[in-house]
Amino acid sequence: MNLYSWVQIIFYLVVLLALAKPLGSFMAKVYQGERTFLDHVLGPVERFIYRLSGVKPEEDMNWKTYAMAVMLFNALGLLTVYVLQRLQAVLPLNPQGLGAITPDSSWNTAVSFASNTNWQGYGGETTMSYLTQMFGMTVQNFVSAATGMAVLVALIRGIVRTPPSSPHFQKSKIGGQRGIGNFWLDLTRTTLYILLPLSLVVSLALVSQGVVQTFSPYKTVALLQPTTDANGNIVAEQVLAVGPAASQIAIKQLGTNGGGFFNVNSAHPFENSTPFSNFLEMLSILLIPAALCYAFGKMVGDTRQGWTILITMTIIFVAFMSLAIWAEQSGNPSFTSMGVDQAQTNINPGGNMEGKEMRFGVANSALWATATTAASNGSVNSMHDSFMPLGGLVPLFMIQLGEIIFGGAGSGLYGMLAFVIVAVFISGLMVGRTPEYLGKKIEAYEMKMASIMLLIPILLAKVGTAIAVVTVAGLATIWNTGGPHGFSEVLYAFSSAANNNGSAFAGLGANNPFYNTALGICMFFARYWLIVPALAIAGSLVQKKKVPASGGTLPTHTPLFIAWLIGVIMIVGALSFIPALALGPIVEHLMVFGS
Amino acid sequence: MTIQTKKQSPYRRETIRGQRAIVASFVKLNPRLMVRNPVMFVVEVGSVLTTVLWIQALLGQGEAPTGFIGAIALWLWFTVLFANFSEAVAEGRGKAQAESLRKARQDTPAKKLRGNATDVQNALSKTEVVSSTALRKKDLYLVEAGDILPADGEIEAGIASVDESAVTGESAPVVREAGGDRSAVTGGTRLLSDWLIIRVSADPGEGFLDRMISMVEGSKRQKTPNEIALNILLAGFTIIFLVVCATLLPYSLYSVSAAGKGTAITITVLVALLVCLIPTTIGGLLSAIGIAGMDRMIQRNVIAMSGRAVEAAGDVDVLLLDKTGTITLGNRQAVEFIPVNGVDVKDLAEAAQLASLADETPEGRSIVVLAKEKFGLRGRSMGSSDDAPEGMHFVPFTAQTRMSGVNFDGTTIRKGAPDTMIEMIQSSNNGVPFDLKPAVDNIARMGGTPLVVARNNRALGVIHLKDIVKGGIKERFAQLRKMGIKTVMITGDNPLTAAAIAAEAGVDDFLAQATPEAKLKLIREHQMGGKLVAMTGDGTNDAPALAQADVAVAMNTGTQPAREAANMIDLDSNPTKLIEIVEIGKQLLMTRGALTTFSIANDVAKYFAIIPAAFASTYPVLNMLNFMRLATPESAILSAVIFNALIIIALIPLALRGVPYRAVGAAQLLRDNLLIYGLGGLIAPFIGIKVIDMLLVALHLV
Repeated sequence: MNLYSWVQIIFYLVVLLALAKPLGSFMAKVYQGERTFLDHVLGPVERFIYRLSGVKPEEDMNWKTYAMAVMLFNALGLLTVYVLQRLQAVLPLNPQGLGAITPDSSWNTAVSFASNTNWQGYGGETTMSYLTQMFGMTVQNFVSAATGMAVLVALIRGIVRTPPSSPHFQKSKIGGQRGIGNFWLDLTRTTLYILLPLSLVVSLALVSQGVVQTFSPYKTVALLQPTTDANGNIVAEQVLAVGPAASQIAIKQLGTNGGGFFNVNSAHPFENSTPFSNFLEMLSILLIPAALCYAFGKMVGDTRQGWTILITMTIIFVAFMSLAIWAEQSGNPSFTSMGVDQAQTNINPGGNMEGKEMRFGVANSALWATATTAASNGSVNSMHDSFMPLGGLVPLFMIQLGEIIFGGAGSGLYGMLAFVIVAVFISGLMVGRTPEYLGKKIEAYEMKMASIMLLIPILLAKVGTAIAVVTVAGLATIWNTGGPHGFSEVLYAFSSAANNNGSAFAGLGANNPFYNTALGICMFFARYWLIVPALAIAGSLVQKKKVPASGGTLPTHTPLFIAWLIGVIMIVGALSFIPALALGPIVEHLMVFGS
Repeated sequence: MTIQTKKQSPYRRETIRGQRAIVASFVKLNPRLMVRNPVMFVVEVGSVLTTVLWIQALLGQGEAPTGFIGAIALWLWFTVLFANFSEAVAEGRGKAQAESLRKARQDTPAKKLRGNATDVQNALSKTEVVSSTALRKKDLYLVEAGDILPADGEIEAGIASVDESAVTGESAPVVREAGGDRSAVTGGTRLLSDWLIIRVSADPGEGFLDRMISMVEGSKRQKTPNEIALNILLAGFTIIFLVVCATLLPYSLYSVSAAGKGTAITITVLVALLVCLIPTTIGGLLSAIGIAGMDRMIQRNVIAMSGRAVEAAGDVDVLLLDKTGTITLGNRQAVEFIPVNGVDVKDLAEAAQLASLADETPEGRSIVVLAKEKFGLRGRSMGSSDDAPEGMHFVPFTAQTRMSGVNFDGTTIRKGAPDTMIEMIQSSNNGVPFDLKPAVDNIARMGGTPLVVARNNRALGVIHLKDIVKGGIKERFAQLRKMGIKTVMITGDNPLTAAAIAAEAGVDDFLAQATPEAKLKLIREHQMGGKLVAMTGDGTNDAPALAQADVAVAMNTGTQPAREAANMIDLDSNPTKLIEIVEIGKQLLMTRGALTTFSIANDVAKYFAIIPAAFASTYPVLNMLNFMRLATPESAILSAVIFNALIIIALIPLALRGVPYRAVGAAQLLRDNLLIYGLGGLIAPFIGIKVIDMLLVALHLV
């Protein structure tokens, strides 16, 4: 690691944290129904949407109604993506004449995009028509992110609002008063005021860097240096896949989606062309999750609470990113024996460069890998499968922590709040009081729901992997046999699906009925079985009075609490996955470097 | 509680109690009882499973060496038994107390009355002797000196001294009489003198003693809200670890085929790993902690009506404390005579002394004493109005007149509350001296109680009665403030007086001129703001407020309605005890939190012991993680299991005693407990497992 790499990383973190505050306060305003500078332009559009769709903005929902709206809306999205794929051959905007997609792959992709996972069993440019990409994928990129953010905001309202009988009761500015908000309102406002404007800015910036945005068919160009194929035929031209990529990539990064337009995702030069586009795309991965922390603090009326969570996330992020960079920079002993120079010198950045773009190098690849798995983004600019065992362990473990280190748009923070509830519960007991968080008592019901939120992803990932490694169908497409690496690949695939990340370790043939179906099931339950308990917590908390803080109240904004929260997250993550990791990356590392 | 049991040497008593607890540990193995504790139930299932595997091994079909499976099975059974033992020990302490209480509650003959009676002669003719179990609510019965009271009740007629030591452990007799705040009696106590006619207030089996027995026995123990929430979290962890261990078998099978060597992990090792990982330490001690919490209350002579109340005590935000008896000494003392309108101070003192001669209250006495000490005045006579000197007629204090005094030789002397006195002076068309009001206000401002003295309806001056704040109470309140608890003083005094005493005692707030309605309103207001309120009370008029408060402590000397409305009863009738009750409640929660943290932190070391051992045959390179250098895979796994079992026994004393509570802020408490139980929980098992492993090797057991 040279100084130049460190400067890039520090610059990245500084810009990210600096943007969290202004964007976060803007989001808080949007969700609290306050005036923003976009009201002149977007206000009429918003009201038009409500009139058109018959949404009553003043209506307030209880948690069950809210959950029902979320479910209905997501089911509709899932169905649309499925039907689009099945029928794309007969639908317009298909210049390459791509055929219909198999039922299992369509199910997998539909769940994947509706659930904000964006696991891709397919290669985009050889499978999906422009229509499917735009009306299926891109639309879901927006609304699946907006769904996550809406659920988070509903949970925050549960914390903030109090029953009308309480002296802390305040009539909310939008929506009614007793519920946790209006899903349609939250969905619309998120998309309209936050996601669309941000995507517009990022898309234009990406286009300026050379990321493609066109409806024209794939281009055929003459090769500068003709070559021969395996059969000895001369190959003089090449088909360049293009399409409306920039618009999809912006939201793919911002909405923690990660589903690439092209198969190799952001390692593709048309998807990620320059160091600046790389920086912008990396920034977009963590931007909204980071800003939501600040918005959270703002909405609960104590920005320190938001900073506490943001700092917790950042510390874990930096620690694991450093591990990944160190592991990759140390290089691969097997390459050394093959005579590859991996030493860092003034003219050679060194390190393990297998599976990495020369344009990005070790630092930016490891940084991206950590960021994309910390957030439930899953886009890649390098191949995680080719990382060193510990370098690969980092993205794998970041996913297994439950996608809460920044995490998905909205879903990351509500997942984190489940951990906060558990941390507050145990530490609250330790100071001799019924635990409370931000004035709301944490009792049996909240514990039940928070436990479910912790349990589900762990259960899905572990059981899914277990089934895959002992069934014929599961074993059939593990290409890396004869060691722990094949196991890591399966574990990664199920961890990724069970936490709605969507990145792949690759090396595993996943586009077949077994994996398409199994991973689809994981993605589905990982998303919706967490949304429902999160909303249930909101519904329970909103009915509770606020307990005023006193000297006996556990402060949840201190360095001590940050340390404790990190401890709880790491212990739960480590205790759940250490045995599996020991049989995968850990033993692989010991085998490579052992003795 | 100082209940006498049959004379036994303490050593023998302990032995018997220990033997009983051991027997109970086995009885509690009944799966129908175990299933109430999901964590320990899993351990029991694991024990059965390994025992079956051991039998299979004995028959020559073992998946691992017979001795190893046997040792694991044995220690898993120990784990369950140790947990049961902790519960049995905690229950045992209560059981001993319950037994002696039960002796007091035995069937006694009761003199039941047919119809009404108001005096003993009248009553005797109507009695029939029945068994105490035949008495029902609303029945009347008669007790005479030497009788055991057959049932709880309210005194209808009579006054008598009662030996309540069976309930309170206090041997000094107490006076009980009809009407007022001392009219409740408890079945099982003994009448020492006189007679009483009592109306039964509880059916057989529902009396105070019965409830006490079931509380100390723990038979009625229900899980408290925080305990339920913690149980859910522990169940969540248990499910996670179940999945972790269950999926390890397929992972291991795959790894064996991928690596091409070794054998898959055995069921024995998986069960051992599972038991080590699930939070058995807290799971095993959880119910003992709860029972011990109740027990600590009982040791301080407080009977909590439910575990929920004990737990709520830890959450209290506001303490309502009666001024008299809690914050100040029970009685006010005269400290100064302030004459008005040019009256001679000696004249005032003499009038005040005369007016107080028959006043038996501590305040009255202190006036007489002050006059004597300052001016050498001697009352012409002391005593009640009955044996007053010729022509001297004493007027006692009544709630209507709110004054008392004396009439003699055509002179009337009165002393009383300023507003009623001024009213009296004005109504007889005598002017109120200009300096009376300032003198009264001045005393009130200083926290004193002014008493105006008048002769022949003319004001002479004011007596300054002063409340004496209890020593050390101010420090106590400062501690409470640190704990985040607000103290509110309740007093019938006027706001000025109340403010001065509040300032002197260091309370945060006060409620002056408190009526039962005002108390109730204050509690409701705090509760509306999300706060938990604790209060003590003894009078019938306290009952509504007691019922409304979250933690309500009734004095044992209090009335039946007050005791019914409360959720705790203080047998010592010491209002200051509320503070201790809060600490016990906090201790209860802290012990649970600390042991949960300890239990989970332990798992890290157990992984380092078991994981390398479990996969040693497939991936020998994993042995690099065995940095404790445990001798063999078998010794590593066995050491972890043994440590896991022994730690339960080691922590029983802590569970019973509770984590000590110190009145510091929440942040500091968390930091200290995290260092001790979090960091300690990480480190302790590394040392423990290593030591056990060395012992196993030294004893050639592996």
